[in-house]
Amino acid sequence: MSLFINLTLNGITNGMIFAAVALGLVFIWRATHIVNFSQGSMAMFTTYIAVTLLDRHINYWLVFAAALVAGLVMGGVIELVLIRPLRGEHALNPVIVTLGLFILLEGLAGSIFGVGNRSFPPAFSQAGLTFGHSTIAFSHFDVFILAAVVILMLGTLVLFRATNMGLRMRAAAFAPEVARLLGVRVGRILTLGWALAAVAGSLAGLLVAPTVSFSPNFMDLILVYAFTAAVVGGLDSPVGALVGGLVTGLSLSYVGGYLGSSLEPLGALAILMVVLSARPEGIFSRPAPRRV
Amino acid sequence: MLDVEDLSVSYGAVQALHGVTFQAREGTVTAVLGANGAGKTTLLRTVSGLVKRQSGNVSYGGVELTGLSVENIVRLGISHVPEGRGVIEELTIDENLRLGTLWQFGRQERRSVLDEIYELFPQLAQRKRRMASTLSGGERQMLAIGRALSSKPKLLLLDEPSLGLAPLVTAQIMALIQELARETRLTVVLVEQNVRSALSIAEEAVVINLGRVVIADTAASVAADTELRHLYLGF
Repeated sequence: MSLFINLTLNGITNGMIFAAVALGLVFIWRATHIVNFSQGSMAMFTTYIAVTLLDRHINYWLVFAAALVAGLVMGGVIELVLIRPLRGEHALNPVIVTLGLFILLEGLAGSIFGVGNRSFPPAFSQAGLTFGHSTIAFSHFDVFILAAVVILMLGTLVLFRATNMGLRMRAAAFAPEVARLLGVRVGRILTLGWALAAVAGSLAGLLVAPTVSFSPNFMDLILVYAFTAAVVGGLDSPVGALVGGLVTGLSLSYVGGYLGSSLEPLGALAILMVVLSARPEGIFSRPAPRRV
Repeated sequence: MLDVEDLSVSYGAVQALHGVTFQAREGTVTAVLGANGAGKTTLLRTVSGLVKRQSGNVSYGGVELTGLSVENIVRLGISHVPEGRGVIEELTIDENLRLGTLWQFGRQERRSVLDEIYELFPQLAQRKRRMASTLSGGERQMLAIGRALSSKPKLLLLDEPSLGLAPLVTAQIMALIQELARETRLTVVLVEQNVRSALSIAEEAVVINLGRVVIADTAASVAADTELRHLYLGF
């Protein structure tokens, strides 16, 4: 029984991290209709910036904030310099560029920061919380992860549904030409979308890093699972990213715990196949109206 | 006043407009007519900035438009309803309308502008929160026009508003356009295939064939010129 509980808690924690990265993917998809394959690498890069600052004994929370700001700037610059010049002709071009960026960033991180494994200090204690005499596999840090991702998701929801900026972003993604004719500065909106998505990614990187020994490719597998989460939940739904993340995290945890950890990737594949055959657009995606 | 002077536009090797010249005076409706492929849509898209010209000038109220971005041209008071209306289906009616007001108005003013639009189009008011994908063709046209008007433009460019609409609905839309031009001194450039309807509400008319202006004269003269009508307008 306690194995089940521990696996569940473990699954929730991991699921939250997948959700954070997935939220960045959802953001870029909703704001720009591009799939960003470099989402994980961007997060990795800002995490390296953070650990470099921590090595100089700078206050943890300042470093945390600096990493998020670095993400903001990085996302904006990438959109302006790499993605924008390629828009228009073929929808796949920007996507291929993100693949190239993925590879570039890992190489760059390796040469700037070194390829060895590093450790990253957690924001809060990673000791299990105690209730009376029993300790559960859920630490203060895990509570922080949970809270941070839920806040991120709520923030994203509010932005898209209730603000004028969110309206501009949705219009710019669905119908950029019409949006321009209505005075929306679509270019700036796209840059902002990438910048905010990069912040979500940076946050995810900071949450993951203390739980693994990290190296330039520490986010790779997480990106794969985050894609699973995003596709399961519906690539255009923030709530979907959270639920997808939880579903993926829990399933992988159970598969790994009961069947063996080498079967985890197969578990992810199985989830994808089941969900996509039942509901191809994702669980929470709004079905597109059919033309009759 | 909209001033188009010797405008030439090409899409790669294809020359869409050759030396097009005409004016649209303030408070008037100017009909732009011609067969399919004549270059009418290209003309509007060049004025609103979606398409770049090769040579010639477009200016509005003395301000040179060529070289400005689409978003900045909109901020000069020019509103373009594109071919096919451009209703954003994934947004609600209210969201579509609000979108046009964001660059200009604060919350209070926005409320009153939207109320005005809803008064003009009560069918839209009833279904504010519905997705725009649920609208019929005529309702979409009203939404598209309402949205264009929500930024309080001085120049309105309409690309085939009657496309796909029943004759009765077309008549209603045309009457509305005429009334708006008269009452608010709105300048309207109306591209149309439905020549009779367009000429019935326009003061001026420009006929384009294969990218060149065949004639730019009063609507009455163009309507009366039967040979011209047979040659270029199909009746």
